[in-house]
Amino acid sequence: MSEIPHLLVHDHEDTVGVVVVEGLEAGTDMLVCITHDNSTFRLKAEQSVPIGHKISLRDHKVGDTVYKYGEDIGRIIQDCAKGHHLHTHNCKTKRW
Amino acid sequence: MTDFSNVMVQGYRRDNGHIGVRNHVLILPLDDISNAACEAVANNIKGTLAIPHAYGRLQFGEDLEVHFRTLIGTGSNANVAAVVVIGIEPEWTQRVVDGIAETGKPVAGLSIEQNGDLKTIMDASHIAKQYVHYATELQREDCPLCELWISTKCGESDTTTGLGSCPAVGNMYDKLLPIGITGFFGETSEITGAEHICKHRAINEEVGERWYKMWKAYQDDVIFAHQTDDLSDSQPTKGNILGGLTTIEEKALGNLEKIGRTSRYIDILGPAEKPQSGAGLYFMDSSSAAAECVTLMAAGGAVIHTFPTGQGNVIGNPIVPVIKITANPRTIRTMSEHVDVDVSGILRRETTIDEAGDQLIDMIIRTANGRNTAAEALGHREFSMTKLYRSA
Repeated sequence: MSEIPHLLVHDHEDTVGVVVVEGLEAGTDMLVCITHDNSTFRLKAEQSVPIGHKISLRDHKVGDTVYKYGEDIGRIIQDCAKGHHLHTHNCKTKRW
Repeated sequence: MTDFSNVMVQGYRRDNGHIGVRNHVLILPLDDISNAACEAVANNIKGTLAIPHAYGRLQFGEDLEVHFRTLIGTGSNANVAAVVVIGIEPEWTQRVVDGIAETGKPVAGLSIEQNGDLKTIMDASHIAKQYVHYATELQREDCPLCELWISTKCGESDTTTGLGSCPAVGNMYDKLLPIGITGFFGETSEITGAEHICKHRAINEEVGERWYKMWKAYQDDVIFAHQTDDLSDSQPTKGNILGGLTTIEEKALGNLEKIGRTSRYIDILGPAEKPQSGAGLYFMDSSSAAAECVTLMAAGGAVIHTFPTGQGNVIGNPIVPVIKITANPRTIRTMSEHVDVDVSGILRRETTIDEAGDQLIDMIIRTANGRNTAAEALGHREFSMTKLYRSA
């Protein structure tokens, strides 16, 4: 891969990806790579998001399940649109 | 794929057949109030190591058993050449001495009551000096890589651990378990959210059911018995959240990457228990706090620990070299002195998981041969006993 990806996604079923570069600015036309098969696509970052944090790959509504590793990692507690920062302010475990 | 089955490392073959990669002379306190005497002996006799800890008085039941197992296991670890045990009274001291003596290595016990610190320190120093002469004459010899006991536990995890450093450890296990190493993983609490997957990574249904029962007991007896609110303030930790992890499920799924794709665990161990079912991967019921977990796995017999980190954990262990591995480029930039293996190329898609696994195996071989890890060079010797409940 000649261009370094901005966002990595584990599986095709996932609804979030992980920012893997420092200083990602809002408006960046991100190269997104799905690590399962190294397939790529592009997505606009709607917010500046720190390295390691997640960006939503689709429009999540309250109550939606978030998928990563192809698995349920929690539920949406505040709407999170595609390209936006998805973290503890809008997503919570179903366990406790 | 490289064939690792004939790779040799330069280790210490102990009398009981186990291979060590370090050669410590330990001054081991039975209890908290014997720490001062142990530290004085270690100060007198160069080349010895005191490992002070917080417990050992008025414990009872399973909590006391874990205490004894941890001390006996630590002294018995193949990275240890000889041990001086010091306790306040002779009876429990002797129990630890007898346990370590089963390995065939030199071990002596001293008790402080009716002697005082000063006489105990003098007597122990004479013995420790003899042990240093003994240990320093032992030679490293050719030992098969496939006989090593290698543990893993991650810490200060973030989303990069699930993408890079944990899969690298998993790849190492997928390559080395088939050639005969013994492996350890654990962190009972941090499997929460991925328990349905972990249960099915057992070698068979019976072991999987036993694993699930153990995990459920932790949920019922510890979490539900003691929680005062939801656990969102503890799991994920504040450091995890800063690193981008949002929920315990997300953390657990990344954590489980450490056992790779094909590895299956063959048995369950209690805290600090030694594997009894032959070579293979074991799940140890253990705390998810780094120092406690590594201490328990070292007591179980692991001689090298592989430690994936995201945000940058600094932990070490007094007797086991802890190899730090990270994929987070910011951690490489800000705290490179703590990192032994840089797999950040995985995030840039320049390095495959397979290559990262080989990188880690190379560092395991170099560490076994004597390379000091970052944690060893920086003096990290965290020895943390697990305490199950209040003492009597």
